[in-house]
Amino acid sequence: MEDNQSPSTVGRQSSTKEKAIVCKNLTKQFGDFKAVNNISFDVDQGEIFGFLGANGAGKTTAMRILCGLSYPTSGEAMVAGFDVYRQQEKIKKNIGYMSQKFSLYDNLTVLENIEFYGGIYGVQGAEIKTRSNDLVSTLGLEKEAKKLVGELPLGWKQKLAFSVAIFHRPKIVFLDEPTGGVDPVTRRQFWDMIYEAAANGITVFVTTHYMDEAEYCNRISVMVDGCVNAMDTPANLKKQFNAHSMDEVFYELARSAKRTGD
Amino acid sequence: MSSVRVKNIIKTYGEVKAVDNVSFEVQKGELFGLIGPDGAGKTSIFRILTTLLLADSGTATVDGYDVVKDYQAIRNRVGYMPGRFSLYQDLTVKENLTFFATVFGTSIEENYALIKDIYEQIRPFNNRRAGKLSGGMKQKLALCCALIHKPAILFLDEPTTGVDVVSRKEFWDMLNQLKKQGITIVVSTPYMDEAMLCDRIALIQNGSIMSINTPDHIVQSFPKPLFAAKADNIYRLLQDLRADTEVESCYAFGEYLHLTLRVKDGNEHTISAIAAKYNPGGFEVKRIAPAIEDCFIELMGNE
Repeated sequence: MEDNQSPSTVGRQSSTKEKAIVCKNLTKQFGDFKAVNNISFDVDQGEIFGFLGANGAGKTTAMRILCGLSYPTSGEAMVAGFDVYRQQEKIKKNIGYMSQKFSLYDNLTVLENIEFYGGIYGVQGAEIKTRSNDLVSTLGLEKEAKKLVGELPLGWKQKLAFSVAIFHRPKIVFLDEPTGGVDPVTRRQFWDMIYEAAANGITVFVTTHYMDEAEYCNRISVMVDGCVNAMDTPANLKKQFNAHSMDEVFYELARSAKRTGD
Repeated sequence: MSSVRVKNIIKTYGEVKAVDNVSFEVQKGELFGLIGPDGAGKTSIFRILTTLLLADSGTATVDGYDVVKDYQAIRNRVGYMPGRFSLYQDLTVKENLTFFATVFGTSIEENYALIKDIYEQIRPFNNRRAGKLSGGMKQKLALCCALIHKPAILFLDEPTTGVDVVSRKEFWDMLNQLKKQGITIVVSTPYMDEAMLCDRIALIQNGSIMSINTPDHIVQSFPKPLFAAKADNIYRLLQDLRADTEVESCYAFGEYLHLTLRVKDGNEHTISAIAAKYNPGGFEVKRIAPAIEDCFIELMGNE
């Protein structure tokens, strides 16, 4: 699908530099099973891109390839300008990753977690100090800075996990169902942070089961049985499917799915 | 007659008040929802009602029996599906079901009519170990196991969390079928849109019930006109409107922002005039009916 904002750059060698993710005919096969079946899409720098699909549609497999954790069987993909076959380590350095399940160490303090992740991603010692002080005060966690993360409420953990994921100022951040379980106010505070990161030029690639959140994205793709069956802005998708909400759009697309599973 | 009666229940863990003086009743045959985020106290309430946890104070009865004195009678009369999958992972589908039937002194055949519609969807996988099932199928098997002894009341703790839209819809269809067979259902969920599918709901946050009523009544009690607005740059619009002194609340909601005004009698024109100060491109505004989520946010603001 072409990017209608800069059609003139499509197909030129330089255009891949402005794209955060370029994915072409990407396939991942386990035996006879095509977990990801020939998917193609681009994500612009600074875009909030929603990556949706039913359980078992192949989202996690695709995301693992884009994060440099797994090789595709065929097809091409560039992430932050690096090749998913040959430059996995460079990809890892240039992206951030957050999932609800495993992002922070419960038995380290807030500051220790920040320091640990900053160090892993190669941020210099003095810089870690400055940035973590800024971060702690932005999040209003001054009093909790020396508390164990396990003692924080879930909503604060999620905000901290997101901040840690973009601490090394990556080009792209991958968020895997980041907001589960929190109250609607906290969920929105989290999305304020996502908007802000995107406004600062960070590309956000996000999966979610909350369909209203899908509508906060600039564009959405919906995977069904390994394929990307729809991709557009939320408004256009609703028009296309003659639906009032993304919920209906998703239902229309995913109910035909043959696969079930996680 | 009330199926469930909860009166002034308090449960604390150390310093944390997980359940803070909660009271409610569920009528026989009702589909009752506890709606709230993680940590609101939903699971503690479920565990108290299924006699797996003792409250610090307060009383509760289930199907007329006291949760402390008559715990054995209650255990025979309720079906419980905990939030975490808790069947035997290394038993097959059939073995799990047979096991639960036997424990309750019944057989799969005896109450087959009750589970038929659900069980037939997983029957092709009868010989597969439960641990190897997909999320949606695990959920169906767990529901069958909770139903096999024909309980009077079904307690379902976040049955749809982490499940996709299609499976969630299927699950709610199953609940409505069960309701028709006269089973009282108490279900918890963090998904606000599922609230509309319940007969009555309790909105719960930090251990307390903020509101309890039919979904329609809760929506109708929203105190002010609610508006939906959008513009080409929605993040900028959000920041501008939120900072404006005439705007009371403003938050993202799907592709729109939802907002209320400080004045009581504002309309679309009032909002257009406010927005015009910031000159947003592609601005639109309309008055809308609030959703349960709007009510939840509004009630949280009052706490």
